[in-house]
This record gives sequence, structure tokens and C-alpha cells, in this order.
Amino acid sequence: MESMTFDLSTTTVRALNAELHDPSVKSYEVLHPEGAHAVAAGIDSGVAVDVHGHVGYYCAGMNDGGSVTVHGNAATGLAENMMSGTVRITGDASQSAGATAHGGLLVIEGSASMRCGISMKGVDIVVGGSVGPMSAFMAQAGRLVICGDAGDGLGDSIYEARLYVRGRVGELGADCVEKEMRDEHRAELAELLAAAGLEHDVTEFRRYGSARRLYHFTSEHSGSY
Amino acid sequence: MALRESATFGRGVIDDIQRAAETGVYDIRGWGAKRAVPHFDDLLFLGASMSRYPLEGYRERCDTDVVLGDRNARYPLHLQTPVTIAGMSFGALSAQAKEALGRGASEVGTSTTTGDGGMTPEERGQSKHLVYQYLPSRYGMNLADLRKADAIEVVLGQGAKPGGGGMLLGQKISDRVAEMRTLPAGIDQRSACRHPDWTGPDDLAIKILELREITDWEKPVYVKVGATRTYYDVKLAVAAGADVVVVDGMQGGTAATQDVFIEHVGIPTLAAIPQAAQALQELGLHRKVQLIVSGGIRSGADVAKAMALGADAVAIGTAALIALGDNSPRYAAEYEALGSAAGMYDDFQDGRDPAGITTQDPELSARLDPVEGGRRLANYLRVLTLEAQTIARACGKAHLRHLEPEDLVALTVEAAAMARVPLAGTTWIPGVKSHA
Repeated sequence: MESMTFDLSTTTVRALNAELHDPSVKSYEVLHPEGAHAVAAGIDSGVAVDVHGHVGYYCAGMNDGGSVTVHGNAATGLAENMMSGTVRITGDASQSAGATAHGGLLVIEGSASMRCGISMKGVDIVVGGSVGPMSAFMAQAGRLVICGDAGDGLGDSIYEARLYVRGRVGELGADCVEKEMRDEHRAELAELLAAAGLEHDVTEFRRYGSARRLYHFTSEHSGSY
Repeated sequence: MALRESATFGRGVIDDIQRAAETGVYDIRGWGAKRAVPHFDDLLFLGASMSRYPLEGYRERCDTDVVLGDRNARYPLHLQTPVTIAGMSFGALSAQAKEALGRGASEVGTSTTTGDGGMTPEERGQSKHLVYQYLPSRYGMNLADLRKADAIEVVLGQGAKPGGGGMLLGQKISDRVAEMRTLPAGIDQRSACRHPDWTGPDDLAIKILELREITDWEKPVYVKVGATRTYYDVKLAVAAGADVVVVDGMQGGTAATQDVFIEHVGIPTLAAIPQAAQALQELGLHRKVQLIVSGGIRSGADVAKAMALGADAVAIGTAALIALGDNSPRYAAEYEALGSAAGMYDDFQDGRDPAGITTQDPELSARLDPVEGGRRLANYLRVLTLEAQTIARACGKAHLRHLEPEDLVALTVEAAAMARVPLAGTTWIPGVKSHA
């Protein structure tokens, strides 16, 4: 048997996750998630999971190697703290998508709500639409690509993450500044878009990152803290 | 005429004002609250005599073990002593200090706890029971380490700074610390005060569900709060699914926090325990959801008093560092060279700890032998346990958890009101109607 199906209208998330943590096949279909929480959380192998419907909080949480595709929308904390692998969602994602994720690729084909990429630590996130306010807050490392617009407070208190935005950007967060797009940035952006399966002209994007003014405490910056 | 110091503008206050005027920054330091607050010293035990029957010291058993987190987890922690080691990060502490804590705790069968900086192999390797903290920063948080943990502690706050995030100043961000936290070396590193992917108790319930799912319902999930609105916080933590609630009073330590925060935010441990116990009792879950109390535990008497007031276990941080050698007179000259003194050193943020504990400096860290440090900590933990047993036997208790508020009286009106035990020699508990 190459594939296994879990219908969450007749079985539990617990049964699904227990199987995914000790997989007997390589690919899984999940039906009727109906907004269930923690669907496909804690995968630590290269299994592929296709979820048909909307998921609740923390879908694919802490994913380490799995390829999870959600054919629908996701609630808070999609792919939070992902270590590696790929998570793709065909619809929209709610708050804190990709929060604190250390690695892997998160593709949101629709838009993402507030705090997308908050405290990201190395993940690559590509958003086909727009992101809400306070995205990439305290973003430490990794790349966030936004093909639409970004809300206010983008990159507030950002560390070393790199942000690419194609549309409008609201008021930038503290210590976040627009930076020059050099050839290496256009090249990595093209790679990220290709990995996400999205087609855009890289020259339409602008790059944002840290001015590194808040890296050392000083009372002269008290208005920024 | 005799010189007269102002009670409002004393010499310490004058120093503070002039230091602020000179430097333009607030004072950041380690340790916990240094001000005097009502504490366990203000309580006494009523040993058995005619109306209670004592146990024979050294002959009759007084057990000390405790099971933590048996409400939902397949593998709850079974500790031999109720004195655990509180969360302290690698980064704040040297790798040697973390290893020593693990060694000492394991030797006596208790747990130690990671901190805001991930899990080190030294610590995991030497800790029989390791609690992995789940903090807002999620520094070093990863799936593999989460599954290596014996319990997960979701940290909402700590007693030294309820409502505050963390900070680790650049002088302590070595290459290894920076790599574990995914940050550039040498910068002043801030940790968030709010979790990035949940807000409020309803979300926390789903977060705890996710953590259980990820770890296949094997591990107890603790929720740690700094002591403030403890009665409500404990009720909400339990509603969110906590198996264990950790309440850290304002005397609890920190590696680096603003002095103004340490001294002015939060409530004393003594005031927090009865609130927590009441919340658990009203839910019908006292002793079922376990309560761990920390903040100013120094002796077996403190352990016994915390347990009599309703704790199932306690956690020590500052005292554990002192047991390893922190503030030892052995380093008196070096403390003085740093502008401090043995017994008063609190510049844990500075990274120049002569005892090699709160530092990342390779030469200073090498001063602490993890094996010897572990031995010292184990000795200290045994003494705490023996002292608590001595008191429990005198109160006629065959297990430390059988200690109860009725075994206690208070020396001051303030302590009586906070601890909700009678003022010694009276039946008066301020704020509680007397039934005498």
C-alpha cells in the first residue's frame, strides 16, 4: 500500500498523528478536517500529506521533513516552528503563520493575517497574496517573500531575516529599513518564487531588512523600544 | 548636631539617581528581589506534643517522593525529593554549570530544567529528569529536543519579572550561544514577553493540545507563571490543560532584568501559595494538578512551609547556584575587583562571574568542575530534604505532602494575612473569619 487515507469525520487527529509519527506508508490523504487543530503536527520524516479542507490551529506544527499540502485555509500558527520540509496551503492562513520556524519552505498561495513569520529563525516563507500587520516581528533569519502588500509594522525589531515585498508596504516597524536590491538578492528571490511555483518579475520587488540600530541597548533609542 | 539621613532620599537612593544621571541607562542585574518582604521566616511550625503525635526521628519513615503530571501524560515524572531545579538557560549559565545542575539533581532523583536558550547535550546527558521550557522566544526549540524532554514547561512569566521578556547582553553571546539562538554573536539579545502564536487562555488550551499531539501524549505539560494575580492565573492555567502549575514568587531569580522590574513587580512567594492552593481546591484538583512553588527557597524549613501551604514540590534557582559556589568568599578579592563583594554579587548579566557560573568566558567557566559542582548540589539537596523530613516528623507526618496549613502559625500580622495561617498564640487570620 503506497497511500493511506484518514477521514477525520470518522477517526481522530490522535490516530492520524500517531500514524504520521511512525509512518507505515509514504503518502497520506486526510479528508474532512473541518477545522481540527494540530493536524499533521510533529512529522519527523519525509512523508507527504494532502489535507482536503480547512484546518484549525497549528497544522503541520514543528514539521521536520514532511511535505504537507492543505487544500483549503488554515487557522493560527500554520507550520509554527517548522524545522525542515515543505508546507503549502492553497487558501489563506490566519495569524502567526510560520512563527519561529527554523527551516523548510512555507508557501501560502492566498494571503496571511497578522504576524506572518514572527520570530522566524531560518524558514523561507512565500506568500502569494498580502500579509497583515506586524509580520516578521523580531524575525531572526530566513527569507519572507510577499507578492502582495504588507501591513503596518513590517519587520519590527528585525534581526537578520530578509524581506521581499512586491506591493505596498505600510509603516515600517522599528529598525526595519528598505535596502538595496542587488543581483544576489534578485537571484535568491527568483529561486524562492520558483520553489513556490509562483511567477512574478523580480524587479517588481523591494527588499527590507534590519538597520541594526537596536542591536545594543542605549537610552537614546528609548523611543524605538 | 547629629547628621541625619533622609528616609526618603537615603544614600542608596542618591546613588541610584546619580548613577542614572551619569549613565542614561537603567540598572540591569541578576538575582531576585533584594528588598525585605514577608517570607517563610515569618512562619513557624507547631510541633506535636499532647494533641498531635510525632514520628520517631531516624526510625519512622517520612517519605519525600512526588509524582508530577499524572493527569494526562503517559509518563509522569516520579521524583525522589520534591526539591527540583528551576529553569535557567545555557547562555545565562555556562555549559559547565548546566551540567553540574543536571548531575546534582540526577544524583538525588529530582529534575532540572532548561531555560531560554535551548537544550544542551551536556545538560540532557547528565539529567535523569529534564524539563524543557517552551518560551516566547523559542530559541533553540526543535522537534527532536522536545521529544527528548521528560516534561514540557510552557513559560508565561517568572517571579523576577512577570510581564517581562528576557535579555542577554552582548558580552555573554558567545558563538555557541549565538548559534543556538540563531542570532549574531555579540549583540544585546532580547526575548519576547508574549508567545508568538497564541494569545490568552483559550489559545493556550489549543497550544497545549498541539504539544501533547507532537509528543504523543507522553509528557507532562507544566505552565509557569510569575506570581501576580495567582488565584486567577492558576485557574486559567488549569482550564487550559496544565498538568502541573509552577508559581514563581518575586524573590525568584533572573539572569538579567531591570532592577526596577525585579523590585517593584510581582508579589511575594508567601502571598502566592495560598492563592494557588485555593484555586486548585475550588477546582477539586489540589494534588491532582500539582503545584510547584519557587522564589526564595533556601532551607528544608522553607520546603516544608511551602508544602504545608499547599505546594506539591518546590524549585530552587538562586540557592542551587550558591550551592555550586556562587558568591563564595573564596572569590572575595575578585568580586571586589568587579566593584562588588562576596555575598552581594548580582551582575549575572555581565559575564565576568569569578565563580564561573553566570558566564560564557572559557577561562572563567573552566573554574567550575561539573562533577564537583554536581556533588555539592546533591549534598545541598539532601540536606534540604532531611531538614524538611525532620520538621514533618515533628508534626507527625509520614510524608512531606501530609504537611498542612494547620501545622503553621505566623509571627507577623502581614505574614498571617498572606499565608492565611493564624498569628502565633491567637486564632486570628486577618481577612478570614475566625471559627474559634
